[in-house]
Amino acid sequence: MKPFTFTLRQEPPQRVDLSALTPDRLAGKSVAQIEAIEIGVTRISTKVGDLFKVSEGDLKTVRYEGGSARFDLLGAKLLPGFEIHVEGDVGAQCGRLAKGGRITVAGNAGPHAASGNLGAEVEIKGDVGDFLAGPLAGELAGMAGGRVIVRGKVGERAGDRLRRGILIIEGDAGEDLGARVIAGTILVLGEAKGRVGYLNKRGSIVLARGGCFGSTYVDCGAHELTFARLFARSLRDHSASAADLLSRKLRRYGGDTAVYGKGEILTPD
Amino acid sequence: MPDIIRNGVTIDDNFAEAFPMSGTGILITAPNAKWARQAALTMTGFATSVIGCGCEAGIDREVPPEETPDGRPGVRALLFAMSSKDAEKQLVNRLGQCVLTCPGSAVYSTVAGEFEIKVGDALRQFGDKWQMSKVVDDRRYWRVPVMDGEFFCEGKVGLTKKSVGGGNLLIMGADWEKTMRATEAAVSAIDGVADAIAPFPGGIVRSGSKVGSKYKGMSASTNDAYCPTLRGVTKSELDADIGCVLEIVIDGLTDKAVSEAMRAGLHAIIEMGPEQGAKRVGAGNYGGKLGPFHYHLKELLP
Repeated sequence: MKPFTFTLRQEPPQRVDLSALTPDRLAGKSVAQIEAIEIGVTRISTKVGDLFKVSEGDLKTVRYEGGSARFDLLGAKLLPGFEIHVEGDVGAQCGRLAKGGRITVAGNAGPHAASGNLGAEVEIKGDVGDFLAGPLAGELAGMAGGRVIVRGKVGERAGDRLRRGILIIEGDAGEDLGARVIAGTILVLGEAKGRVGYLNKRGSIVLARGGCFGSTYVDCGAHELTFARLFARSLRDHSASAADLLSRKLRRYGGDTAVYGKGEILTPD
Repeated sequence: MPDIIRNGVTIDDNFAEAFPMSGTGILITAPNAKWARQAALTMTGFATSVIGCGCEAGIDREVPPEETPDGRPGVRALLFAMSSKDAEKQLVNRLGQCVLTCPGSAVYSTVAGEFEIKVGDALRQFGDKWQMSKVVDDRRYWRVPVMDGEFFCEGKVGLTKKSVGGGNLLIMGADWEKTMRATEAAVSAIDGVADAIAPFPGGIVRSGSKVGSKYKGMSASTNDAYCPTLRGVTKSELDADIGCVLEIVIDGLTDKAVSEAMRAGLHAIIEMGPEQGAKRVGAGNYGGKLGPFHYHLKELLP
């Protein structure tokens, strides 16, 4: 059955909040009702119908034909079993607090993508802004479950306060990757710039390219880790190069000993 | 009713009586097949009968690296007990003493049961707060630092209360060698059946028991009706041509697994014939009133 489709008519005149357009919230609404949903965030009105041509279909999959860097909160609080695909870019907080399901973005994503993700699988084929999977200001924890795959590069503070789940970054990562990580796993296949794993408590940060991690990360030797083999099998379908990285012998740097110190940075030996 | 004869082997018109049990299974992997098998052997040692061992356990099968979650050689072990509480206690104890200690080992759940018992969630404490948890595909695993690297263990393993324990075959032959030959053939056929184990030494028990004893406080004693040396002096079930009786006891995760295992064993014995192997096959029961599962030999024949 064909997916429920929003075809972009024109670039949005202002930032739009698309959190109302998740499958569970669209269920039971007619096209006319959907077109009347207010998605503008200023005093000037912007309705779904102003921006999109709405074609009804199976709500299991929602498809956006055309994207924009002004598409905020796309797929927010998405529920398990549903899928959203964007043929284009998205703005800030894509997949914010998603409980499950799958979001794929063919273009780039803005800051705070997959922020506070609770269980969704989010794939972004392009680049991502700062604070990938991180918390909003004032929140105590970032992503707490699910899987995020970025094929391009990410901005600063990716994986900030990560609590659970897996981040795979196939490109480069900006400054302060994995800062304040509580637990969970981050893999970077490109280069991680600057400081990595600042105040990491129990998280695992796997870097394809090693470096100097400062005096608070302590070399614990190179090992064949069984958990990495299990991870490699699980990730093989999503990212073959991440699986290859995990299949190698990894050198373990324990830290950040400036805090709890039960975390680690792993790099190929 | 007359007994049934197949390929010269007499099959008693009798049935095995079996009981519901709590069953669980784990997959143990290691850097090579030798150490995976060693961990499983140690864990399933002293687990022949719930009467004295607290549980019945055995190796179901060897699992090739392509089929294991971490791509290392593995062995699947099954464990059965009379209650889920007993199964949990036995499994955690045995994993802690026999598998955690075994070099290179890792443990995964292989039974999708109605319940789950905490395994890694208990053993993780050995890590003295150095243990790390990882959640992969919604399953929690524990990494416990040990002297050869890390012990990797799934947090919970499945448990099913639909398991069956006590399927059995009584194999009777002219002498020890022939009876053993037939029984060994039956055990190796049963090894090929998934989800079923024969928990006794090498899958075989020679001291079959009856309920009760002449001594006070003993719940079971030797099955004198099947002891060839007592044939003349007791109410024997044995004819003059039988010089040795061996038994195979079978536990399975499902009713079907037990009947399939009994069928496989029975077929192997019949195929061998009475010249090389057994003359007669029977089954043990308690009159059919105690156990809800009855496996009639005549229904399992080729």
